[in-house]
Amino acid sequence: MTDKVIITENLTKKFGDFTAVDGISFHVNKGEIFGFLGANGAGKTTAMKMLIGIWEPTSGKAEVAGYDIYRDMENIKKSIGYMSQRFSLYEDIPVIENIRFFGGIYGLSRAEIKEKSAALLHKLNLTAESKTLVSALPLGWKQKLAFSLAIIHQPKIVFLDEPTGGVDPITRRKFWELIYDAANEGVTVFVTTHYMDEAEYCDRISIMVDGRIAALDTPAALKKQFNAENIDQIFTHLARGAKRTAD
Amino acid sequence: MQQFWVFVRKEFYHIFRDKKSLLIIFALPIAQMLIFGFALTNEIKNTQIGVLDNANDEASLILIAQLEASKYFEISNTFTNPDEIDAAFKADKIKLAIVIPPNFKSELAHNNSARIQLLADATDPNTATTLEVYASAVIRDYQNTINNNFKLPYSISTEIRMLYNPQLKGAYLFVPGVMGMILLLISAMMTSISIVREKELNTMEIILASPLKPMVLILSKAVPYMVISLINVSTILLISVTLLDLPINGSIWLVFGVCFLFITTALSLGLMISNITDSQQTAMFISLMGLMLPTLILSGFMFPIENMPVPMQILSNIVPTKWFFIIIKDVMIKGLGFSSVWREILILAGMTAFFLIISWKKFKMRLA
Repeated sequence: MTDKVIITENLTKKFGDFTAVDGISFHVNKGEIFGFLGANGAGKTTAMKMLIGIWEPTSGKAEVAGYDIYRDMENIKKSIGYMSQRFSLYEDIPVIENIRFFGGIYGLSRAEIKEKSAALLHKLNLTAESKTLVSALPLGWKQKLAFSLAIIHQPKIVFLDEPTGGVDPITRRKFWELIYDAANEGVTVFVTTHYMDEAEYCDRISIMVDGRIAALDTPAALKKQFNAENIDQIFTHLARGAKRTAD
Repeated sequence: MQQFWVFVRKEFYHIFRDKKSLLIIFALPIAQMLIFGFALTNEIKNTQIGVLDNANDEASLILIAQLEASKYFEISNTFTNPDEIDAAFKADKIKLAIVIPPNFKSELAHNNSARIQLLADATDPNTATTLEVYASAVIRDYQNTINNNFKLPYSISTEIRMLYNPQLKGAYLFVPGVMGMILLLISAMMTSISIVREKELNTMEIILASPLKPMVLILSKAVPYMVISLINVSTILLISVTLLDLPINGSIWLVFGVCFLFITTALSLGLMISNITDSQQTAMFISLMGLMLPTLILSGFMFPIENMPVPMQILSNIVPTKWFFIIIKDVMIKGLGFSSVWREILILAGMTAFFLIISWKKFKMRLA
């Protein structure tokens, strides 16, 4: 069993003439929190969507959870959880029905769903709100719920696409506590963000510029390498060379 | 299996949570049946007409009495000069005017012929023609009664039987039409909207990244609307049998079987629409313009296809509702069995298979 749960080699995605992801190669170790940084339009969401099977790569190789992304997508999907930018819960149905639905599509049995949903409601302090519509919940709660649902089936890896977008710093901080909890339970976390302070919470980070990986290491090592005080300075330095503008 | 049930359960939650879609789904078929059945009828009954009787003799009075006695007409205006006729038409008080010439009886008696003028409001040509036919029939009846006193050397009379629809009820035409429209609306439009909504909300990405099989996703989207559509078929048939006195002459199982097939056609069209677009509004627009409009115009439900220009007639063959309409009419009203409509059923089934294959292929591509 390898310790690398994600391995990519020259992974490329082209949309017509536009190369969104330009031959990236990296790996993610089992159990680490891997930060995938980049400006809007740098290609980080595209790269992530290839790894979770929403888009097929144009060329290159990749393995997720030990499975090939071309041949073994079905097994990959059983091993991963995904939370998209917009939390993606059903606002017009109650909390408990959301839990049932996502538990169900991730392949849990009826008994498992029952057990997990009780535990989840308890953990998130939502037991009293189980019949409340999701639309009535505050943003921070929705976000926690969405994350908890992405890991309800205990995946090996969870992919988070800008999970903290549009949330205040205190709520973000609390959200990261959930991420640490998951990591402590052995879940590998692959997270994209454009908040540079969040990068410091990660074990290792990569910074994407114009579809390529411009830097990759632990936050401390990167600061040393670029002789910078924080990740923000490194990011600004790298992003200055970018040709693409944010979309 | 568990995946399928939680998905279907969620779909029903969406449907029952949204009062507006609930109204469209269950109240619309009933409303349409009642509107078409009782309000939008093109049968002629107690139409208001006017008479200008220049003769005012025995013959003209009998003729007017016969017109009044017919259930088609009600004499609302009696004129004394031609100008009043024009005014009555313009004021929309009458749909038909009858002008009887002076000396009507003596002309008949001495010249063996007389001329009566019929004026009809042809802003609605169909009604005008029908009224003219009915009035002429009443006049012919009168002519036959006076001819009875003489023996004509030759006479050919016609004996008319209106087959399958002896009372000439409009319901025979619109019940299959409304059924086609409702099934198309609910199955195609609602399904496409519900799939596109997942794209708009981004929940589609989560679903695609989950182990859920695309086939299960499609089935879970289709089954709730299939169930609802079959409930609607039952409601429509129940209304037509009880309230509109329209019996189902053929096999009810064949009717349901054909409805099931047509619902599948509509669902595959809905799936196709959801592949083309990412916005709920566009999906709705395509459903209305691309499906409802051809159904109204080219299915034969509103306008007879035989009267259309040849290119339109050819075009009508690709409208699935046309075939559904033909089959349902034949089975429900003529009481024909499978052996008489299998060709049409085959065409409809072929179309459905075609749409399903196309949308399935496109759907797979979206996953890639």
